[in-house]
Amino acid sequence: MKAFADLYTALDASTRTNDKTAALVAYFNVAPREDACWAVYFLTGNRPRQAVPAKKLHEIAADAAGLPLWLFEEAYDSVGDLAETIALILPPPETASMLPLHHWIVDRLGTLRKLDEAEQKAALLRYWAELDQHQRFVFNKLITGGFRVGVSSLLVIRALAEVTGLDAKLISHRLAGDWQPTPENYAALVSLDAQNFDVSKPYPFFLAHPVDDAQSLETQLGDRADWQAEWKWDGIRGQLVKREGEVFIWSRGEELVSAQFPELIAAAKVLPDCVLDGEILPHKDGQVMPFAMLQKRLGRKNPAKKILSDAPVIFLTYDVLEIAGEDIRQQPLHQRRDRLHEIIYSVPRAGDEHNLLQLSDIVRAPSWATLATAREESRERGCEGLMLKRRESVYGVGRTRGDWWKWKLAPMTVDAVLVYAQRGHGKRASLYSDYTFAIWKTTGDTRQLVSFAKAYSGLTNEEITTVDAFIRKNTLEKFGPVRTVKPELVFELGFEGIQRSKRHKSGVAVRFPRMLRMRTDKRAEEADSLESLVHLLGPDVKS
Amino acid sequence: MTRGNTQLLTHTPRGLYCAVGDFYVDPWRPVDRAVITHAHADHARPGHKSYLASAPALGVLQTRLGAAAQIETLAYGEIRDINGVRISLHPAGHVLGSAQVRIEYRGEVWVVSGDYKLDFDPTCDQFESVKCDTFVTESTFGLPIYRWRAHAEMFAEINDWWAVNAAAGRSSVLFGYAFGKAQRMLKSVDADIGPIFCHGAVEVLNRAYREAGVSLPTTQMISDVDKKFDYSRALVVAPPSASGTPWLKRFGEYSDAFASGWMAIRGSKKQRNVDRGFVISDHADWPGLLTAIESSNASRVLVTHGQVPVMVRYLRERGLEADALETEFEGEGGAEQAEVLAMDETPSPVSPSRAEDTDGLVDHHEPNPSSSS
Repeated sequence: MKAFADLYTALDASTRTNDKTAALVAYFNVAPREDACWAVYFLTGNRPRQAVPAKKLHEIAADAAGLPLWLFEEAYDSVGDLAETIALILPPPETASMLPLHHWIVDRLGTLRKLDEAEQKAALLRYWAELDQHQRFVFNKLITGGFRVGVSSLLVIRALAEVTGLDAKLISHRLAGDWQPTPENYAALVSLDAQNFDVSKPYPFFLAHPVDDAQSLETQLGDRADWQAEWKWDGIRGQLVKREGEVFIWSRGEELVSAQFPELIAAAKVLPDCVLDGEILPHKDGQVMPFAMLQKRLGRKNPAKKILSDAPVIFLTYDVLEIAGEDIRQQPLHQRRDRLHEIIYSVPRAGDEHNLLQLSDIVRAPSWATLATAREESRERGCEGLMLKRRESVYGVGRTRGDWWKWKLAPMTVDAVLVYAQRGHGKRASLYSDYTFAIWKTTGDTRQLVSFAKAYSGLTNEEITTVDAFIRKNTLEKFGPVRTVKPELVFELGFEGIQRSKRHKSGVAVRFPRMLRMRTDKRAEEADSLESLVHLLGPDVKS
Repeated sequence: MTRGNTQLLTHTPRGLYCAVGDFYVDPWRPVDRAVITHAHADHARPGHKSYLASAPALGVLQTRLGAAAQIETLAYGEIRDINGVRISLHPAGHVLGSAQVRIEYRGEVWVVSGDYKLDFDPTCDQFESVKCDTFVTESTFGLPIYRWRAHAEMFAEINDWWAVNAAAGRSSVLFGYAFGKAQRMLKSVDADIGPIFCHGAVEVLNRAYREAGVSLPTTQMISDVDKKFDYSRALVVAPPSASGTPWLKRFGEYSDAFASGWMAIRGSKKQRNVDRGFVISDHADWPGLLTAIESSNASRVLVTHGQVPVMVRYLRERGLEADALETEFEGEGGAEQAEVLAMDETPSPVSPSRAEDTDGLVDHHEPNPSSSS
């Protein structure tokens, strides 16, 4: 536990990539595989389930520190992070634990959830008494299920590549998918032997950068003829893996979602062995539907017939990464596109709008100017904009600049009033940085503010500090962590889509809302109305 | 404000006032006679007709208030009678010359602690517990999340950071309040690791400390150093306001760190956007506050500056008579608000006094860092 807590502290303390990589390399160089597998698992974004309910943790920690509960809550309110508050508030440890990480995870954390309340409390007091402040913090992060640290999977992969001398892409591929933390899997991950391959493994996704709207595309990208343009869809990016006759579907979060989309699994039976990159899209009567329809399908394993017929999906293919066991990611895009075309059109009833496997259209506009005109149709088509891919590009790893770009439409905007605020997380735990916004709704002669969106991104640190100070001075009421704020500040919000929603007071829900700027020039009365927002729904997207 | 039959000190618009003695303690508007706990800007304001402070505070106070200020001093423990009120000053352990003010009238004793800490600090006298009936305490770090580690342990961490940087050929830039914190750090680091340089705002106070007999390691003022100097093994001590300014360019590749009690909280550290945060404070931590209150034997405690409602409620639950002592800008936010203000280091003549007191994140007397280059 100590070595892992030291690693966590080093990763948390530094903002330099080189320092972080060095700390990871130092750790993996000496960590036994029983521990290293857990470190890889947690540092690549996996989290353990919450072992003890948060409310119970408050009580147990206050008790352990000999403090009244209200004082614990004051401390928590000031720190903004439960695991950290507990680590800070407890008396210094009595002994130092030499137990290795896996023992803490498997034997202690693993059993904690199963204990009754009294046993949980006794166990926690015993464990805390063995850990210093840094270790307690990491341990608490594990029991609260809130484990997060400022490293990317890519950095972990790079460190493992450095430790093993293997290619980072190979490590990345081995790690992809539903990787489980066992010593055997860790051994396979860092093994110099290329055999023993798991047939379900997806490839790491290649992601696009947004284009810089300020510059002309000509300057940024050069000759239009070198680029393949496709519509950018708003669905779930996924990989369809077919190997040895078995089909697996992975989401971009590298979560196995096969069980949620049985119709796609069935449709893929006719494919040859291959790995396809594409998008899961809600699709009805030959038309792509808004993202909200897909939400009904999410997290629902083996969906019932009614849901399957209410919210049908297709897999729109973009790319092919592997054919008959051969990794073709290094072939240029135009060649891969030809192979993809062959595969899709070898499927019976290919090109039929009812086929669940479809091929992404290429937008033919021959110049940047005509392409820009085509892009204007995006919203009508239910797209977010265009994808631009260099015809000679290989299928890379992660978000590498240069070859793949997304050229999204400018967001829809609305001026809204800040009405509720909550503290942020992590770096912003002590600041009110998560906001709820409202717009005006007219009923008869009265006009009232109705909330319709939450947003927490888009402001600079200075702006957040200003807004935070405003919130503290203008709080009308507190409900737990939420403050009702005097409706005074107006923000321009941007969003990608809008739908009707029964869940929201306003009757609409927007997608990806974020703050574009503070409208210090506008008073709350001048914010937009619900009518103007409903107008944006347009005729096509009403559902 | 107070109950009982005496009101030795009362809250007034000019500050904490002793009517029988006709003097103020750390007043914030101009008065005839000011008794000063210590020379930080929000306690020792310019414009009073006469000042009474501890003898060791004289140099720093004069540095900050200017040569024209009329300053009388008392040795620690020396008693002065003002209109029948007996005043004496006792070490508060906060910075050089910081004092608790003991006020006695007809057998009743009040102690105004000013800012204080119980921890070891080689640049000033150790906090002395003074028995009293009413104890006025600060509460900047009045939450149980604040527990300082031992002085030696904290500085071992700073020395390690500096040594690692020096070995890697990058300079170490350490931000801390120019008066008090900076000198405590200078005196406590291992000066054998490399040369030490100071920002002008720090160097001015180093001079005052040395003149008062506090020995500090050799330091050089940055503005006296050739611009092309190689700082790769150096430690640079600068006020927080220098953070993120072009003034830092001259140090080439550097690692920066911020020393403050607020660094105990990860969120505060991250907002600072420095490589390291060292938890070093010149205020009492939670156990320190409780110890000081308890050892004063006071039957009544007045809480000011910081976590006022929390401390008052906690002390009352422990059976003490406790109340809030209002200060000029004590709002709902208290230290929390101050923390926010402190992040925004834009000096402003109307910024609340608490902003300056948050472990010295803001000091209006510090020259603009760019002006010294």
